Amino acid sequence: MNAVLVDNIVKTYDKGKILALNKVSFEVKQGELFGLIGADGAGKTTMFRILTTLLIPNSGRAEVLGLDVVKGIWEIRKMVGYMPGKFSLYQDLSITENLRFFATVFNTTFEKNQHLIEDIYVQLAPFKDRLAGKLSGGMKQKLALCCALIHEPKILFLDEPTTGVDPVSRKEFWDMLDRLKARGITIVVSTPYMDEAERCDRIALIQKGNILDIDTLQGILSKHKKTLFAVRSEQMFRLLNNLRQFELTESCFIFGEFLHLSLKNGEADVAATKAFLIANNHQNLVFKPVLPNIEDAFIELMEDNHHAK
Amino acid sequence: MKVFFSFIKKEFWHVLRDKRSMIILVGLPIMMILLYGFALSNEVKNSTVAILDNAQDEASHLLTDRFEHSQYFSVVQYLHNEKEIEEVFEKGKARLVVIFPQNFSDGLAHSRAGQVRLIGDASDPNTANIVINYASAIIRDYQAELIDNQALPYSIKVETRMLYNPQLLSTFNFVPGVMTLILMLLGAMMTSVSIVKEKENGTMEILLVSPMRPIFVVISKAIPYMVLCFVDVLIILVMAYTVLDMPMRGNLALLLAESLLFILTTLSLGLLISAVVNSQQVAMFISLVGLLMPSLIFSGFMFPIENMPLPMQIISNIVPTKWYYSIVKSIMVKGLDFSYVYKQTAILAGMTLFFMALAIKKFKVRLE
Amino acid sequence: MQNNNIVIETHELTRRFGDFTAVDAITFKVSAGEIFGFLGANGAGKTTAMRILCGLLSPTSGKARVAGYDVYTESELIKKQIGYMSQKFSLYENLTVKENIQFFGGIYGIERRELKEKTAELIDRLGLHNESNKLVGSLPLGWKQKISFSTAILHRPQIVFLDEPTGGVDPITRRQFWDMIYETADSGITIFVTTHYMDEAEYCNRVSIMVDGAIAALDTPAGLKNTFNTNSMDGVFLQLARGAKRSE
Repeated sequence: MNAVLVDNIVKTYDKGKILALNKVSFEVKQGELFGLIGADGAGKTTMFRILTTLLIPNSGRAEVLGLDVVKGIWEIRKMVGYMPGKFSLYQDLSITENLRFFATVFNTTFEKNQHLIEDIYVQLAPFKDRLAGKLSGGMKQKLALCCALIHEPKILFLDEPTTGVDPVSRKEFWDMLDRLKARGITIVVSTPYMDEAERCDRIALIQKGNILDIDTLQGILSKHKKTLFAVRSEQMFRLLNNLRQFELTESCFIFGEFLHLSLKNGEADVAATKAFLIANNHQNLVFKPVLPNIEDAFIELMEDNHHAK
Repeated sequence: MKVFFSFIKKEFWHVLRDKRSMIILVGLPIMMILLYGFALSNEVKNSTVAILDNAQDEASHLLTDRFEHSQYFSVVQYLHNEKEIEEVFEKGKARLVVIFPQNFSDGLAHSRAGQVRLIGDASDPNTANIVINYASAIIRDYQAELIDNQALPYSIKVETRMLYNPQLLSTFNFVPGVMTLILMLLGAMMTSVSIVKEKENGTMEILLVSPMRPIFVVISKAIPYMVLCFVDVLIILVMAYTVLDMPMRGNLALLLAESLLFILTTLSLGLLISAVVNSQQVAMFISLVGLLMPSLIFSGFMFPIENMPLPMQIISNIVPTKWYYSIVKSIMVKGLDFSYVYKQTAILAGMTLFFMALAIKKFKVRLE
Repeated sequence: MQNNNIVIETHELTRRFGDFTAVDAITFKVSAGEIFGFLGANGAGKTTAMRILCGLLSPTSGKARVAGYDVYTESELIKKQIGYMSQKFSLYENLTVKENIQFFGGIYGIERRELKEKTAELIDRLGLHNESNKLVGSLPLGWKQKISFSTAILHRPQIVFLDEPTGGVDPITRRQFWDMIYETADSGITIFVTTHYMDEAEYCNRVSIMVDGAIAALDTPAGLKNTFNTNSMDGVFLQLARGAKRSE
């Protein structure tokens, strides 16, 4: 049995005017750490709300732990842990008050289940009487995770847990997810950050309600067909303009300190391109092949998807 | 049950830690009563009066003395001639001038035709009316005593009696009115805002995705406000008794029970609002404009319903505050028992059940 | 790309709130046309430093000149020379594209006739003819960002401050946005980006990283990666911020 099964889900808002999810299908295996990666407005939150029984899809079928999300509403609610995107806890309650409250909501007690969250809670314990509203972003996020874990859920749904949190806290958070995974909890997590893809077992790339691809990160990168080159020179903006006008260029984008260039005939065009740039008087030219990253893959998939329509 | 109690405990934390809502919950009733007691009263106390005594005889002195000793008047000036009257009014020194004619006592004794002129400052017509009424009452009293003493066979005595509130004290309207409005405002607004706040913060989403039935979530949120509204009723009653000297004529237990019923009405309205709106601002707006305004207009507290056109009189029947206001007045002021208010109670109970049922029906176990 | 025109210069710039030193003696220079990344964890002092540079807050001690003006005495003049864009607040959702451009142009003191021309030119450049009378709230996030950035530089400021400009957008939109930023920098406007998203930092010419109110590192992204012997800015940041004592 899959932990999550999504089959051809369609969801619209505003009486059909806004298409939030367009025939989305995917599966999450038991014990998997599955990432839903996409920008704001891609449909991630809608997907989470359907899986946590908060919304009913227009059509299609979705199951969580073998239970239908519409018919099995009360069974599912007993078994899932959920951290909504805009979740901010009770700001006027302390850490322990929040934890105790969420424990009782799920018919358990903080004392009984403290061992489940022990390794996260130790970091919060020194501040246990501090009001949640007075905690830093990273601490709030840890507390929220504790609250979602306190009733020993079999599956966790985390909607953008790392948005707006600094890199150190983000890394710690993913480390915590790794430890939870080791305990056998299935985790479905969404994020707008492409670079977090590498922390997931498998990822689904989602854009405007369409799934672009589902695979491991390596699987997605290996499908990237074009050879990419990283190029830089003293005058980056002129370099960008020159390359965009160059007849052998397929596409050229700024990426970090480099431009990512793909050429129409790949390797075969390298010499001609270099000659062109030198002729255009570019100083300190760097030109090297580079492995595509998840962003390059995402863009290629977005473009393919666009052309397919 | 344990879950339920832990919920209620948490709600109390929320309310007790939020200084602003505590100020509103406890401060508002106290402030309203104090404001009324010392500033906003429609009653006219210590009205300024000037006296032009052309008689300077026994009767005029006796009457002047009564004005001086009345709590409604304070004599600020004695005038010497008619010219000064205009000046007194222009400078705003007095609201009323009392003029005794020459030979006032003689006139009374011989032709039984004493004539006192009262001149009021009608630039504020309501006050002028009240002041003139009070002054007339003082003079009538005096006249009555004279007639009694002389025991004349053919004197016609007109006796007016104001039932329940012989001094026509507006406190008797005000306290039930304030109670009605405060309960309506706090019960509906605070409850709906606190529930909608959970929607805004995203905590409602978590509570929905829990095995707890959502309706419990909502009902447990209403309970602290029920307690606090009840505390408000007690505060208002105690303050009315101590600060405003308002008597409690009827059965206190009955009044408290009826108040509890009305609190339930307002809470169910609050729940209904919170079931249909998603932002605190909208919840507040609906409570103020949708509930408080009709309550002000149609409860009978500010404007007498009998004077309204028929369509508005009909509308007033669907406003719950009208019935509660009438119940409170009946019990507190008239001292009536349950047999006189069972009809209003039944209507209020019916409304409560209706709103509660509607709120439960509208309340969603999902997000849409 | 860079010339020697210094547009931001600070020396031992310090700001205290009571006995808390939010900004602790920071010294750096930014040249005209540079894309300067200003990084730090939450609570490291980024926001305070940026407020000082925008003329919204006075420093406690130290020197700072922005666009040639002193932050102590000429903050009003500074405000005329800068633009500001943040992801959180950028445009009025219930005004149309045109109204937003005209409003923001107006508050920066652009003359009416000039503003009309600039508005038309901007709508032209962004290709928003069909959308110019639509409410901004109805547009996709990527477009809002472009309009918001364009309005921030409509009055041709010397420096534009960007506060976490590209969080939450898809990669294509983000790349298009960085195209605009590069183009703007190329035209001589200095770009000052505050962010804690390391992937945004990679796009900057130079990056400073604040830890506990002080500047812990300042170099090109390549230089930093070299120094800290790691292959990403994330790695650099993690090494620096691990030692941080304070958070929010």
